[in-house]
Amino acid sequence: MKLDCKHVWSQVSDYIDGTVTSQEREAIERHLANCRHCSAVMDSTRNILVLVGDARTFEIPVGFGERLHNRLQESIEATETQE
Amino acid sequence: MPRCGVSLNTEMNARTIAGNDGEQTSAAAETSAREASIITRILAGERELFHELIRPYERGLYVAAYSILQNEADAEDVAQESVIKAYKGLKGFRGDARFSTWLMAITLNEARSRLRQAKGDQLDSLDDCDEDRGDYTPSVLADWRYIPSEQLERKELRQALQEAMARLSPEHREVLILRDVRGMSITETAEATGVNEGLVKVRLFRARLSMQKLLVPKLAPKQRGLIGWLTRKAGGR
Repeated sequence: MKLDCKHVWSQVSDYIDGTVTSQEREAIERHLANCRHCSAVMDSTRNILVLVGDARTFEIPVGFGERLHNRLQESIEATETQE
Repeated sequence: MPRCGVSLNTEMNARTIAGNDGEQTSAAAETSAREASIITRILAGERELFHELIRPYERGLYVAAYSILQNEADAEDVAQESVIKAYKGLKGFRGDARFSTWLMAITLNEARSRLRQAKGDQLDSLDDCDEDRGDYTPSVLADWRYIPSEQLERKELRQALQEAMARLSPEHREVLILRDVRGMSITETAEATGVNEGLVKVRLFRARLSMQKLLVPKLAPKQRGLIGWLTRKAGGR
């Protein structure tokens, strides 16, 4: 199976997730070994996902957990009062 | 086992980001069994245990709500409302999906509903989206090794990431957050968002490639050293 660059780009996401077939994976890897641009696309996409997945990327408001549990507690106590 | 590994070598194992399925399945089964036991106790009257049940997920609920609403106060309110809805509706949890997926689905529905109200019901139904992979041209750089960086200030980097995410559609942000931030599987992401797995994959493809296209030109000209920061990060996971 010989792939062109556009086909490889369309498979970047599935390749990263490991959901391409073994035949497709081999073909993609053969292409990547010889295509500097597609290698850069694959690496940059993967590395951006690492950045996105970093817990520090999303800051949670200060006191979020405390406020959440306080409100939940009020709801729990209200349920108990009703019964 | 780290969920995300980093390598600049394109010959790396394609499963690195997806993680090890066997280990994940086993850990998930263990968590589900533990949660099922806690749920039984809550329903039997130990209501305070609900605090413990949701604690591992509360951060994720906020992030998911924020991904849709793009507003901190609304996201916090939605996270709170969703937790209370889940508490009140716990009897209705059948255990067909994981508790975390069920809780996330409640949060996404709540956030979408809030967004619809804010936009005056202008949003299209999420299930009606007819998307395909189409022609997509990513941002191509000859050498990725000079992209983000240990020197790039975290605040700048966070801002760049959040600005890029803000430019995605709510549907694309949802799947990106669930899959790549929360680490949910494709199946769980489909269950939480209420669309089929095929559509999840397509949205994920578009979301990921859009992030690549939006961020690479911004981060690349900095010409900073990516390797140090990312390598340390990968080693720390």
